[in-house]
Amino acid sequence: MPYISNTDKDRQQIFAKIGIEEFEELIQAIPEKFRLKGELNMDPALSELEITHKIQSQTCRNICSATANSFLGAGVYDHFIPAAVDSIIQRPEFFTAYTPYQAEVSQGTLQFVYEYQTMICELTGMEIANASMYDAASAIAEAVLMAVRKNRLSKAILPASLHPSFVEVIKAYTEGIGIELLTCPAKDGKLDLEALEAMMDESIGSVVMQNPNYYGNIEEAAEISEIVHSQPKALFIASVDPISLALLEAPALYGADIVVGEGQALGNNMYMGGPLFGFFATKLEMARQMPGRIVGGTLDAVGNRAYALTLQAREQHIRREKATSNICSNQSLCTLAAAVYMSLIGREGFKEIALQSAQKAHYLAEEICKVPGYSLAYPNASFFKEFVVNTPIPAQELIDKLLPYGIYAGVKVGEHKLMLAATEKKRKAAIDDFIKALKEVSHV
Amino acid sequence: MSKTIFELSSAGRAGATLPPREIDTPLDKLIPQKYQRLRAPRLPEVSELDVMRHYISLSHKNHFIEKGLYPLGSCTMKYNPKIHELLVRNSCFANLHPYQPESTLQGALELLYELQKDLSEISGMAQVTLQPVAGAQGEFTGIKIIEAYHKAKGNTHKTKIIIPDSAHGTNPATCHLVGFDVVELKSDEHGRCDMARLREIVDENTAGFMLTNPNTLGLFETHIEEIAELLHSVDALIYMDGANLNALLGIVQPGKIGFDIIHFNLHKTFSTPHGGGGPGAGPVGVVEKLIPYLPVPIMSKDDNGYHLDYAHAATSIGKVHTFYGNFAVLVRAYIYIKMLGAKGLRRASENAILNANYLQKRLEAYYHIQHKEYCMHEFVADGSWQKKENGVNTLDIAKRLLDKGFHAPTVYFPLIIPEAMMIEPTETESLDSLNAFADAMIEIAQESKENPELLHEAPLTTPVRRVDDVRAVKVLDPIFKIEK
Repeated sequence: MPYISNTDKDRQQIFAKIGIEEFEELIQAIPEKFRLKGELNMDPALSELEITHKIQSQTCRNICSATANSFLGAGVYDHFIPAAVDSIIQRPEFFTAYTPYQAEVSQGTLQFVYEYQTMICELTGMEIANASMYDAASAIAEAVLMAVRKNRLSKAILPASLHPSFVEVIKAYTEGIGIELLTCPAKDGKLDLEALEAMMDESIGSVVMQNPNYYGNIEEAAEISEIVHSQPKALFIASVDPISLALLEAPALYGADIVVGEGQALGNNMYMGGPLFGFFATKLEMARQMPGRIVGGTLDAVGNRAYALTLQAREQHIRREKATSNICSNQSLCTLAAAVYMSLIGREGFKEIALQSAQKAHYLAEEICKVPGYSLAYPNASFFKEFVVNTPIPAQELIDKLLPYGIYAGVKVGEHKLMLAATEKKRKAAIDDFIKALKEVSHV
Repeated sequence: MSKTIFELSSAGRAGATLPPREIDTPLDKLIPQKYQRLRAPRLPEVSELDVMRHYISLSHKNHFIEKGLYPLGSCTMKYNPKIHELLVRNSCFANLHPYQPESTLQGALELLYELQKDLSEISGMAQVTLQPVAGAQGEFTGIKIIEAYHKAKGNTHKTKIIIPDSAHGTNPATCHLVGFDVVELKSDEHGRCDMARLREIVDENTAGFMLTNPNTLGLFETHIEEIAELLHSVDALIYMDGANLNALLGIVQPGKIGFDIIHFNLHKTFSTPHGGGGPGAGPVGVVEKLIPYLPVPIMSKDDNGYHLDYAHAATSIGKVHTFYGNFAVLVRAYIYIKMLGAKGLRRASENAILNANYLQKRLEAYYHIQHKEYCMHEFVADGSWQKKENGVNTLDIAKRLLDKGFHAPTVYFPLIIPEAMMIEPTETESLDSLNAFADAMIEIAQESKENPELLHEAPLTTPVRRVDDVRAVKVLDPIFKIEK
């Protein structure tokens, strides 16, 4: 039997020690009629060789983004991952370890989390970060909840330019407890500043901004921040693409109070959208309101530098229903990938990756707009690595027609609107192939 | 102590090479200056070898399953098979984008569909969502379903959820997050739900009941039939926290004995790695009448293949994750289940129970055990004798175990047992390793009599000595101060 060491002889020894004749004696507490008669109805067990064949037959029926010519983004991005990342996260010392509650035998995990927290603060300009949330969506939801804890104001404004799946998750996390979600409309693919200004009053607890937003456009973060802070109690929550922070202003510097985002692009494979991880950073003054685990530096009994989980009195295992969040398991190994990734890519490489992504995306946009019938949907907005184009034929039809070419054209965001992303991994030749195919299928 | 990665940094070093620019548009033409940052993030500048040495040196400071027994109660630290890691890294899993056309995801969707089916069978439930990414998010999903069920029935008066005092902290935290009032139920002298008290507190306002079964004392909740009858008589739903499901595989199907909702911890029961705290996965199974409320999408199958099915979106609680959950974790659990099959799953639970009972028997003369009966997959001993007689507490015992090469049990939990040590060996440990652990525990009991000071000072042989976590709070130091 796989992964079980006890032989029949061992079992007999265990039976003798416990003083039983048969296993059923141990489960007498389970009422007889509740015990399963016979076996679970499942396929026969497979050996390692057989499961390998089965998985191979399944993966063969997937066409991955590595073989296709993909322009998909919308929250998950295909950035380059150096080989050393996987080499580290495959170390059982990291991946079969538990949560670092016993600090003395978890210093490896604790120190990498501390370093990860430092890197996130470096990217965002904030003062404290936690050890991760599940994804950007749950991180924004937790940020909204934290804002309510801080200022006791139960209205939050979400922009229409926020990822629709984020909105769904935020709704699930907030609707039952009296938090009112308001939607600030978009204008020309960006948060409508005048509308926001009109919506702000002293009852608003927080305002969320995604930057670049769902459509890839760069928001007027500084102006939004000013409008939000016209109400002294309101908190400004920014959800940002971490790669964009190589080029775009650190959110702390435009006045964000809580900075979150989707971390997948930092060294994690796409895996059909999971695992992802949400990063979560804020100001020190709100440390005690934060959700999730936090690692801090400290000393051991003989005065050596050491690390430990800190501010645990916020957490569910101590505070139960008064905890700041119910989160327990987080996405720790994904943050290890992120920390290793950021270490390898380094200061210059990080900027180069962001720059090349922007260069490729802008080249892609320019070439698409040269094809008759196509134009940028938001010509007045600036974008980083993702953008929306107007399509002469319905976007879904275009996606379907390009599929036989091995092209994942992008995400439909309107009847005649297609959103495309490019990263540094996209070769110019692949973009040119795409344009050629686009011309062929676009003859109306 | 290891230097931080930032202290290893040297200007101009890099650990990765990038291709030359194929398109060399200047930054200012791409992104207007007003949006640009002036100061680059001070990421480390280190070589690939620097990075490898740094993280490998950190890794040496961790305890992990391959190093030694990890008897954390309710955490199910069983061995994580290596074939999972090999197969999950297939490019046609790793490089799938969630928004690819369905026709290009058929293999992945088939796998998820089969996993839904297998988890339904194991739990005796009618349908399963794979979307929640952690046990606590599974709880959240389950309690949202309770909320949605009552809302659909117009049960607006149902505001409270009952939770035993032996429950994990996530249970009350989750109920609070969804907006229910928590009513705590005391345990009786047998470590089970106090039925007399339960009858008193169940009323028309009861929305649900959350029960961990077996509970955190490692005991099966014998009165489940009465509990189900009582709760269902007021149209309340019964939620099973599946943290301890490793005791029940092929033995009990919770959906067939009165539970309406269950969450699984795939990182416990189905052997996906804990990753130093995550990612895990917390699928949720429900009985027939609750299927309309499951998050969207679920996986379905028809003559055209497998689908991401949003058909019940109008009644669904919506989404709890941006996409479809922790896919890479789900793949590992799928492989595990397929390799064990019905017999293997049953055998896993049987051996988990045997191993726990064996350890309990070996330790009972040396440590106080409040509830002396056969346990399921875990049991709770405690350090109350040592505390009373030798002034040694459970924390000292836990730290001394680290010196002997073992991880500590879950300590000071459940809260209802003072000085608790919750011990779960799992089925993957051999008799030899159980004996080694028992010997170490017995030695420590001896040491606490002969040399209590040694235990107060423990651990002595770990990478650092006892860590001052009070100082970590008082002098908050959450990030490294980068100087260069």
